[in-house]
Amino acid sequence: MSHVYESNIGRIWKVFGILSAVTIVEVILGIVKPHSLHMNSLLGLSFLNWIFYALTIFKAYYIVWAFMHIEGERNTLKTAVVTPVIFLVLYLLFILLTEGNYIFEVFKNSTIKWNF
Amino acid sequence: MEATVTTANSEEKTWGGGNEPMGASYGKLMMWFFIVSDALTFSGFLAAYGFSRFKFIETWPLADEVFTHFPFLHGVSAPMYYVALMTFILIFSSVTMVLAVDAGHQMKKDKVVIYMFLTIIGGMIFVGSQAWEWKNFIKGEYGAVETTGGSLLQFVDKEGHRVALADFAVALPEERTQLTRDKGRWFMSESSIPSYSVAEVQAGFKTHPDILVRIETINKDKQKTILSREDSELRISQASLVIEGANLTHNEYGSKLFADFFFFITGFHGFHVFSGIIINIIIFFNVLIGTYEKRGSYEMVEKVGLYWHFVDLVWVFVFTVFYLV
Repeated sequence: MSHVYESNIGRIWKVFGILSAVTIVEVILGIVKPHSLHMNSLLGLSFLNWIFYALTIFKAYYIVWAFMHIEGERNTLKTAVVTPVIFLVLYLLFILLTEGNYIFEVFKNSTIKWNF
Repeated sequence: MEATVTTANSEEKTWGGGNEPMGASYGKLMMWFFIVSDALTFSGFLAAYGFSRFKFIETWPLADEVFTHFPFLHGVSAPMYYVALMTFILIFSSVTMVLAVDAGHQMKKDKVVIYMFLTIIGGMIFVGSQAWEWKNFIKGEYGAVETTGGSLLQFVDKEGHRVALADFAVALPEERTQLTRDKGRWFMSESSIPSYSVAEVQAGFKTHPDILVRIETINKDKQKTILSREDSELRISQASLVIEGANLTHNEYGSKLFADFFFFITGFHGFHVFSGIIINIIIFFNVLIGTYEKRGSYEMVEKVGLYWHFVDLVWVFVFTVFYLV
């Protein structure tokens, strides 16, 4: 696979700018905690936390695509690396968070006090 | 069809070896698959953290009350700033790494050397910052009291500001010596004794009528619940241990599991950064002595670069999960 390599320096600095900007937004939101976002929730997770997770995925995308340069790889490699991680992580999170929530209910509704 | 028609080679060469099915060399492909498995390991840890947090969702510590320190700003509550700085340092070292890879593709040895050096320095600053964060977490700030039932009592004044044990505990004329091996049997020892005994904290609480107890339960405003003076007196009478700072068995910030996960996950990530620095140093010297110049390819820099970016990637998630959410 010998191809002429063109320099990516412009794109690298642009991605650095994006990552920095997103981090700054996260930190500001984390300190200010806007009341309307912090107190209202969707599916048991506050809007603020949804935003944090969305921005995290956004940053992760740029790190993997631009810095790890997976965008330059073949589609087979891209798929082989990205798909299993996404599927398994979603599956794992679903199982563990559902179970954690269930155990919370068990503790909460039990007749025995566990932490007093 | 891309998987079967791999290269422009003739039919017999497809099975003749030296072929790269995914267009990446063996080493690079294996680095990718190592990263996949390591990503799943970290996901397992973070999911386990989420599991424990959901289990104790009503009593989990609030992150912006835990990490409030900034160097040279003593006593100033500065949540997030320090960890944001650490994040910038790591992202920036990722940028210098990718610049090193870029320079390697153009066979510019001097530039690779400079950028790899900067990457190593950035990594070291990050690990040092992590150590400082751990030091503050272990040392603690205000101190707290644990009840016989295992829940944690913190102290606040009338306005709801935290009060340190040192501000109200009285000194009683009592003697408590550290249990060491030479005073007991060979297997007997204990961790360091807290500055105050339970009786001293209780006596101090009686003499300061404006101090209230704050319990772990999170109320409707997403703040910790503060008890009335009567309830506070009842709870403080159940105190069994004085807790200062955090370790694997006790934690003055709240749930013990929070400290366990913090030490484990940030520790495991810190270990990755540490090994990344070591690998970077090895490659740095290889670049210096011209190994890759002779080989005609700087792909090794690209491979360690992949690992280094992965470390940065994990930190992005750890940052969100521990400090933001």
